[in-house]
Amino acid sequence: MSEYIIKNGKVYDPKTGLKGDVADVCIKDGKIADKVSNKAKVIDAKGKTVMAGAVEVHAHVAGPKVNEGRNYRPEDKLFTYKPTGKNTRMSGGFSIPTTFKTGYEYARMGYTTVMEAAMPPLYARHVHEEIKDTPIIDEGAFPVFGNNWFVFEYLKNNEMDNVCAYISWLLKTTKGYAIKIVNPGGSEAWGWGENCTTVNDPVPYFDITPAEIVKGLLTANEKMGLPHSIHIHSNNLGNPGNYTTTLDTLKIAEGVKPNNKFGREQVLHHTHVQFHSYKGDSWANFESGAKEIADYFNKNKNMTMDLGCVTLDETTTMTADGPFEHHLTSLNHLKWANVDVELETSSGIVPYVYDPNIKVCAIQWAIGLELGLLAKDPMRTFITTDHPNAGPFTRYPRIMKWLMSDKSRQAMLKGFKNSDKVIAATNLASIDRELTLYEIAQMTRAGPAKSLGLYDTFGGLAPGMDADVVVYDLNEDKIKDAEEIEKAFSAADYVFKSGTLVVENGEVINNGNKRTLWVDAKVPMNEQVERDVQMKFLKFYSMNLNNYEVSNHYVPNPYVIEVDSN
Amino acid sequence: MSKTCTDVICPFCGTLCDDLIVTTDDEGKKILNVENACAIGAEKFLHASDHSHRVTRPQKLQEDGSFKEITYDEAIEYTAQMLANAKKPSMYGWSSTNCESQSVGHEIAELCGALVDNTAAVCHGTTLIAVQNVGIPSCTLGEVKNRADRVIFWGCNPAHAHPRHMSRYSIFPRGYFTGKGQKQRKIIVVDPRPTDTASLADVHLQVEQGYDYELLQALRAAVRGNELTGDIIAGVPKEKVYEAAELLKSGRFGVIFFGMGVTQSLGKDHNIDAAIMLTKDLNDYTKFSIIAMRGHYNVTGSGQVLGWQFGFPYSVDLSRGFARYNPGETGTIEVLKRKEIDAMFVLGSDPGAHFPMECVKEISRLPSVAIDPHITPTTAICKVHVPVAFVGVEVGGNCYRMDNVPIEARKVVEPPEGMMTDEEFLKAVLKRVKELKAN
Amino acid sequence: MDIVKLTLTKVPELYLEAENITPDHFAGKTAQQIGELHVHLGNTTAKISDYFTVEGKGGATAADTKIIISGPTDKVKYIGMKMTAGEIEVQGNTDMYTAAWMAGGKIHVKGNVDSFCAIGMTGGEFIVDGNAKNYLAASYRGDWRGMQGGKVIVKGNAGSDTATFMNGGTIDIGGNVDVHLGTHAEGGKIIVRGNAKGRVGGQMVKGDIFVLGQVERMMPTYILKGEEEVELDGKKQMFHVWIGDMGERHGKRKGEIIYGKIYVPSGKAEAAAPAARAERKKKLTDKQLEQVKEAFKGQEPTVQQVRTYIYDTFDIDMKPMQVSRLIDGLKR
Ligand code: SF4
Ligand SMILES: [Zn+2]
Repeated sequence: MSEYIIKNGKVYDPKTGLKGDVADVCIKDGKIADKVSNKAKVIDAKGKTVMAGAVEVHAHVAGPKVNEGRNYRPEDKLFTYKPTGKNTRMSGGFSIPTTFKTGYEYARMGYTTVMEAAMPPLYARHVHEEIKDTPIIDEGAFPVFGNNWFVFEYLKNNEMDNVCAYISWLLKTTKGYAIKIVNPGGSEAWGWGENCTTVNDPVPYFDITPAEIVKGLLTANEKMGLPHSIHIHSNNLGNPGNYTTTLDTLKIAEGVKPNNKFGREQVLHHTHVQFHSYKGDSWANFESGAKEIADYFNKNKNMTMDLGCVTLDETTTMTADGPFEHHLTSLNHLKWANVDVELETSSGIVPYVYDPNIKVCAIQWAIGLELGLLAKDPMRTFITTDHPNAGPFTRYPRIMKWLMSDKSRQAMLKGFKNSDKVIAATNLASIDRELTLYEIAQMTRAGPAKSLGLYDTFGGLAPGMDADVVVYDLNEDKIKDAEEIEKAFSAADYVFKSGTLVVENGEVINNGNKRTLWVDAKVPMNEQVERDVQMKFLKFYSMNLNNYEVSNHYVPNPYVIEVDSN
Repeated sequence: MSKTCTDVICPFCGTLCDDLIVTTDDEGKKILNVENACAIGAEKFLHASDHSHRVTRPQKLQEDGSFKEITYDEAIEYTAQMLANAKKPSMYGWSSTNCESQSVGHEIAELCGALVDNTAAVCHGTTLIAVQNVGIPSCTLGEVKNRADRVIFWGCNPAHAHPRHMSRYSIFPRGYFTGKGQKQRKIIVVDPRPTDTASLADVHLQVEQGYDYELLQALRAAVRGNELTGDIIAGVPKEKVYEAAELLKSGRFGVIFFGMGVTQSLGKDHNIDAAIMLTKDLNDYTKFSIIAMRGHYNVTGSGQVLGWQFGFPYSVDLSRGFARYNPGETGTIEVLKRKEIDAMFVLGSDPGAHFPMECVKEISRLPSVAIDPHITPTTAICKVHVPVAFVGVEVGGNCYRMDNVPIEARKVVEPPEGMMTDEEFLKAVLKRVKELKAN
Repeated sequence: MDIVKLTLTKVPELYLEAENITPDHFAGKTAQQIGELHVHLGNTTAKISDYFTVEGKGGATAADTKIIISGPTDKVKYIGMKMTAGEIEVQGNTDMYTAAWMAGGKIHVKGNVDSFCAIGMTGGEFIVDGNAKNYLAASYRGDWRGMQGGKVIVKGNAGSDTATFMNGGTIDIGGNVDVHLGTHAEGGKIIVRGNAKGRVGGQMVKGDIFVLGQVERMMPTYILKGEEEVELDGKKQMFHVWIGDMGERHGKRKGEIIYGKIYVPSGKAEAAAPAARAERKKKLTDKQLEQVKEAFKGQEPTVQQVRTYIYDTFDIDMKPMQVSRLIDGLKR
């Protein structure tokens, strides 16, 4: 493998503590190295920014609902296509790009590791087929557990060993990475057209509440010592006044200590918090609850969060929160797709136009940014759009611009049709914090890598780590012009993935050697769980147990994280 | 002595049963017995394993109308040349093969600027169009088994086309919340004819042939409690329409299964559009889902792979180096009728039997290749026929059930000596096309 | 206004894609520069000058540019796609997507046009002297935003699925329209001066449809609201007003539900309900059977051979299964 030395760049790397110091970064055998031989190719990064490859903590990029979104939105592809290139397949789509475009666009922005946020176990094979067809980036997927009948029954009976054995079995069977919880209990209730909108709403017929589900899975996660914490999308998403449900959910984790060997310091990750930080009791008096959420977040250090920033585009919402999507289609009357998955989850899809001229949309936009600015610890606060829910991931550079430039935010606020009302319903106008490049590196590299338990490998530039390195044409001088921020982060000058140069001058030049990350938590299988699994497949699943497991050839280049849970 | 394979997937209809038990001889060459499959499924396995009627080497059409055996290498060369030299080739079929082969085929299509289309063109393409217009509230078949107490079969006759559908998922099974099985369910059949499925129904609405759209919209109006014009609505007395609407609303979990009786009769995508909207409306009162009774075992998979690679489920035009989609223009039947293409490649389908004669004649006029384990009406009109191993019997691979659930097919016996699989053949063509395009 | 004259000199072997033929692309260009613009045929790229002779030059802006196209343009797609200003006049017929996503200016086709013309139109004027095929002024697949504005005039007939998801603008059809007119419409105005084949206004949320001839079979989900005097073509006339689609959602204004409306002139009775739409049975007469028997006497024909013969001689398209049964029958 070739050697590289990236010379004289300004390096922003929380792992090594470099805050824009001029330093050289050496790459050898796919890893960051102390030094390289004089045969190393030299990349001149003078006057440029050098960071580790970015880590995506939550996006919907592969699997059944993503693909349903693609297939049922031909209009999302109109006039977006880029033809086949020398090293690239043709690629298209705006809010739900094809797998090829997904890989290319992440790479061009300097993202090298991506987590698919919701994998229905029954459809895991599909998720992995798409991951396999997504070039360059390393990917993992989170199977959903929050509406799973096994989990319900074991938790109800307080059988923690069985929960752990089942989780470990399912992670292995689906080649999954972490415990995802979406609208706990609510998606099962949706099987009957109902929902759970508070943490205490009982799940119909299962005699359990969302709070008990979250607490149980949280306990199991720490008992097993998994690399990532539980990853939760709490109940009551998207409704005015829901910030109290969010706080109720977060409180469940109070006092719980992390237990793992991966350097993870938090026990709960709350995703797309923007959608969960709403005050008011109707769309008429809808307002931001970002301050309340951020205050709680700043005080409670055992959680991480990602923002879910609205980008004010036409996009496609998709979530395992089935009842929410039904609610949304009744508001905007746009096409609604839904899939309820036996014993496991539900999901829905609805296109959505975040129109800056609509007050609610503009307030949502402000809330996402407020959260990013009011949260004091960038190591626990990650930039996302809950792609494609609040906007496509290709808008990350724009969000970085807004977070880094007060001027650009104020210009937006002033430009809205309902400017006064938006300013009154939010705090954004009075926040002048501007995030630094170092803080951006924390929010997009070090922080997410650490929360995923991958900080020894990804998200930093210390020798021995994977050589995921990005050079942006940006510096302290250039960022004074906000547009330069968006431009530079949209198309990196150089991107290395595991030591291979994959992007040069903003164009993909190599398809890399993508890997699939999954977690092998070696909990001994216990007989009762084995029996229960067999029984449920025999009686309630529509598939035979022996056809359920994702076989290894769907994960041709695995990166297995082994957890010794004993 | 014999060998037994369990949990075998049946690669014949969209029900994609995965509980077959296949017994073979000791060497794994001949299938002796198939358990759990329906008559169609079992017959297909046994037929595949009877090699006496199989062609095992490619053949090429001669001037005199006869076929002469050629080598696989010659077939690969012909196919690669044909596709690489065409200005607008069509690559059609893909419904009776695995996703792995589809994926290789797509790469060839991308390099050659081809049209890629699957058999949705003649069955559920209209469903896909309707889904693009109004979405689709749906669920997996296990949900139906565990919860459904209202089951509607609209324009489909599973008793014939999907024989085990009713026992595995829809009418008879006892699930978690449906312990009483059929007793707990109300079955409604909408069909102009008294079919075998209709004989199992609690309610049979004999819709006037070709007026499904009117009946569906009338049901939607009735669900809303709105007025209707006329005493007989599309062949059904008005009171019966209101009664049916009440029956649907009174369930706890309903599902509509629909088939070619509505997707290909007058109104086509509009029928499905209205059926989906009826389903959506019913979710304001109770829980309802709708599922297409897809025919070919992996037509759904073709739509999935096309979806993640190009963003469209069928009738994809890659000719300009980027993907476009518009059935009515880019569909295989239309391009054949309008003479828009100059080469035809068929795999995993039989357009010779299912396309209008106008199209069949056009195929026989064009340079053409058909890949199929059997001799079919299509192979009879193509210039080259390449026989291949049976997917799901002689080679495994991923497939998608009618509810989009992916299931990996298994290999149970060896193909006849020296035969290539779809994937192997396509990979060889891809390699050759790359060489040709490099010059 | 400057004029560019394009004359197609040869019929393309397959179909030609010519989205570059718009005043927007031609503005500010000389004949030679225009000739350099691309057209596409399958996976090949050619120049406009490979197919057309080009005379004149583009105006300073699109608005100052008029394009006159002559020759056998039946197989040319995408003329005037996305045009925003100026004029195009086509002497003959054009193929699909003429005036697709048109935003302004004027296109006049003196012959017929094929399907998907004026889809996604937002403004401008599209006039066809002959007939238009299916999906005239409809939305692109999956898009809930069909025609938003502008005007479409077809002097002849229009095909099925005209004006799907229409939101605004006007469509005026001189002749008849095929089934499914104004499906999912949520605004706009459609005038059909001939007859409408049925399923008029299916799933319509809002909008006005005038059918001055007859509606073959009104949807059962339309209710006759009464008679109303309405102005059309500058004069007041009496119409029967039908409201619906009763199966669809509808908005409210001032507490009143707003329906889609179909106007049929008073005194014009609804056409008699057509007979059941049974598929025509494809069977051969005894005489034809004899002829087939004669033609293949003493041979062992394949199914496709017999099928082709029947299609060529009697214009009957039989399914292979039917044909194979027929062959079995003949053998006996
Ligand atoms: S129902 Fe279909 S999939 Fe099942 S055994 Fe019969 S043919 Fe095979
Ligand atoms: Zn999400």
